[in-house]
Amino acid sequence: MKISIVDYGAGNLPSVERAFQGLGVETERAATPEQIASARVIVLPGVGHFAAFVDGLETRSLTSLLRAAHEAGTPILGICLGLQALFTSSEEAPGKQGLGFLSGAIRLLPSTVKSPHIGWNQLRRVHEGALLRGIADDAFFYFAHSYAALGDGAPTAAVCDHGVSFAAVIEQRNLFGVQFHPEKSGEVGARVLRNFVEFVQ
Amino acid sequence: MTLARRIIPCLDVDGGRVVKGIEFEKLRDMGGPEAHAARYNREGADELVVLDISASRDGRATFLETIERVARQLNIPLTAGGGIRKLEDGVAVTRAGADKITVNTAAVERPDLISELSQQFGSQAVVLSMDVKRTGGKWEIYIRGGRDATGLDAIAWAQEGAARGAGEILLTSIDRDGTCSGFDCELTAAIASAVRVPVIASGGAQTFEDFLAVFSEGRADAALAASIFHTETHSIGALKKFLAERDVPIRLSR
Repeated sequence: MKISIVDYGAGNLPSVERAFQGLGVETERAATPEQIASARVIVLPGVGHFAAFVDGLETRSLTSLLRAAHEAGTPILGICLGLQALFTSSEEAPGKQGLGFLSGAIRLLPSTVKSPHIGWNQLRRVHEGALLRGIADDAFFYFAHSYAALGDGAPTAAVCDHGVSFAAVIEQRNLFGVQFHPEKSGEVGARVLRNFVEFVQ
Repeated sequence: MTLARRIIPCLDVDGGRVVKGIEFEKLRDMGGPEAHAARYNREGADELVVLDISASRDGRATFLETIERVARQLNIPLTAGGGIRKLEDGVAVTRAGADKITVNTAAVERPDLISELSQQFGSQAVVLSMDVKRTGGKWEIYIRGGRDATGLDAIAWAQEGAARGAGEILLTSIDRDGTCSGFDCELTAAIASAVRVPVIASGGAQTFEDFLAVFSEGRADAALAASIFHTETHSIGALKKFLAERDVPIRLSR
């Protein structure tokens, strides 16, 4: 099995690649419509600005191919900004459209807490999913973000609290998203990626 | 469910070697960066920082190579800095494997640099590093490795940096750096209460109690130290256990 990591022109691809390669999984950088069209498993990594992400996909003509892949049931994992891009829109970039696989808008974290939310935090499980299988309830994951999926419409498997409760893990059939960075979350993060790989195999 | 306080070892590198600075001057060779990085990753460090302290004299290629080699050892976040003067420098260190970029002197000389980096990489990837010295009744920003006074007030500069898009502040007390007399908790608390972004305290760490103080009195979100971890005087695991037993929220590796 090969994992296609979407290269939209920014983001820290090497660490995501290394994390999957460390599990013995082959990866490719997918930057063309043809690569997305033939992908077996898709990972959307992401750091930076929502607008740069969706514009980067659009410029490379990847948006409609990603939608087609989602409709065809291709497994997709969004990481951090990659999770946010699964939604309809974001307060970070008013007027820009996300992929829209999940309905709702990404919102700014409240002004009552330190922001960005940077560091290691714990999760609360909402329902039993595939990604957190075998991981202790009190495990820590590395977060680095200012925006999050705050609504309750999302298919949330686990939430995190930082001034407000937000979706930390999303699972809906073949669609997955994590707001934290599994590739930066030590052994626990590697286990999340291994769970994903085992699910899609 | 709590956001853990972070323990961050720092590698000051010069020409591909880890060195130790004492009050920003004397240097001592401490070995190769990869071995340190691998050990910290294993011992439960929450992040790692690599600073090129030779930026003005040394070739950038050596530093980029160091970042690449260090990044390969890690499954925790890596911050790189030292001599970041323009957007392209930020692009180069992130391509080499850094998740975050620190800026210091160049940001004081041209504050737009902070905005440019945060627009490109997001606030969460931009760390404003400030070297602060107590002069008279106030805290003043120093640049060029702590050599030159700027007249800038540390609190005002921290607020401006955050407003321009810095997502964290790495606060170093020049008075305490390398002296082993403890973090400057008063300075740290003053900055931490003046900005909304997380503050990483640095300079002067010696004992486990120093870390406890900077998280309680100092209200720091993270604490950074170099030399005390390099020499294996203190293991990160033992420090984290000490803090956890005293009710500091800490990620204990298992």
